Amino acid sequence: MKIGVLALQGDFAEHMVVLNRLGVEAVEVRHAKQLEGLDGLIIPGGESTTIGKLAVDFNLLEPLRQYGKEKPIWGTCAGAIFLSKDAHRHQPLLGLMDITVERNAFGRQVASFEVDVEIPMLEKIQPGGGPYHAVFIRAPLIEAVHGRAQALACLEDGRIIAAQENHWLATVFHPELTADDRFHRYFLQMAGYN
Amino acid sequence: MEAQVATFAVKKGLAQMLKGGVIMDVVTAEHARIAEDAGAVAVMALERVPADIRAHGGVARMSDPELILQIMDAVSIPVMAKCRIGHFVEAQILEAIGVDYIDESEVLTPADEAHHINKHPFKVPFVCGCRNLGEALRRVGEGAAMIRTKGEAGTGDVVEAVRHARSVLGEIRRLQGMAEEELMAYAKEIGAPYELVVETRQLGRMPVVNFAAGGIATPADAALMMQLGVDGVFVGSGIFKSGDPAKRAAAIVKATTHYKDPYILAEVSRNLGDPMVGRQISSIPEAELIAQRGW
Repeated sequence: MKIGVLALQGDFAEHMVVLNRLGVEAVEVRHAKQLEGLDGLIIPGGESTTIGKLAVDFNLLEPLRQYGKEKPIWGTCAGAIFLSKDAHRHQPLLGLMDITVERNAFGRQVASFEVDVEIPMLEKIQPGGGPYHAVFIRAPLIEAVHGRAQALACLEDGRIIAAQENHWLATVFHPELTADDRFHRYFLQMAGYN
Repeated sequence: MEAQVATFAVKKGLAQMLKGGVIMDVVTAEHARIAEDAGAVAVMALERVPADIRAHGGVARMSDPELILQIMDAVSIPVMAKCRIGHFVEAQILEAIGVDYIDESEVLTPADEAHHINKHPFKVPFVCGCRNLGEALRRVGEGAAMIRTKGEAGTGDVVEAVRHARSVLGEIRRLQGMAEEELMAYAKEIGAPYELVVETRQLGRMPVVNFAAGGIATPADAALMMQLGVDGVFVGSGIFKSGDPAKRAAAIVKATTHYKDPYILAEVSRNLGDPMVGRQISSIPEAELIAQRGW
């Protein structure tokens, strides 16, 4: 199993550490040709405007869209924005997932937070695993899911923080910043890892 | 569990999101938009870039909050702002207006010649400068959630940035080879908190994100710092004191991503127009050197 992590900017190294710990080969992706032979791709946290601009400058938008048609992609925070069809703002997006996101939905950095969330679908990964500790940094929200996209996890007040559509996964928090690797294991399952 | 704000994890976490990116000094909302369009991961809002602070002389203080607020309105990326070393009231003001990061910066005139700000009680995270590992870990001990090697701001001469990055990264490599019983003496020698020395040795890197700053003026400079092993770069005067800021800014962003690829570095370095004129550090009288501020 070989998973790529888009390494244009952001916390890609943190994702690679988790993948390696789970026994999976992880590679940095900066060019379209590096997508060949990957079983899945993670788009990390970072600044979505920077990642989008670099993807345009280095002709990665179309190759990433083509890749996503067949293979699983998971976006965390900036990556979730980049996967979406609509971010209420003019910036380059892959437009794969039928979700609307609101950037910086909780406010500026002083409002960044961590919280335990009940995420029932994680029972499938680890029965009795308990609440999930999620870290939100100038985080976006998934304002709405459309079409085949489905909400996977919500805050207590019902606001959507994770969604899935076919083989695409979006989380607005950062599983790569905590020791709990259930989301990475979930994504690896989506990519066919047992 | 209730949501917890301002934990060290979220303070340090924002810096982790900036990794592999370029943070640019801007003095107007217009500059900030140019920086964002060029792919900056954050902007540093200030009244004068360091080269002008040098030229202007006098006391350099926190910028007018009005200016910072205009810049915060102009862009969607994080906005940082500087306060003077030890000036915790300037920091309180910057927190009150909601900046995303405070740089307790030697580029401004220090307000306290013995103490830095106790950064733990603040909700907003801090970045601080350092010349060596001891200074870096003292700042982390005071609550800094991000470190930048100082270099020599406003010169366009990268030599001090290299010296400080080599010092910090070299000391971490040296630490890796030490026996456990040597760590307390080493902590004493460099004046760093023991626990942070232990943590740094265990991690094999600084416990917080470490950018380079001070004198970076070209795409090659940015890539040099990245190859030396820092997590990202600050570019101050180097962009808006150059002939074509938008083009140079975009080129430095690309160079920071593709820092290991000399073909791309060659491509992005072409036709950038005039770099900032700069000032060779060896020609500056010692009393005018900024990097030695901070304790």
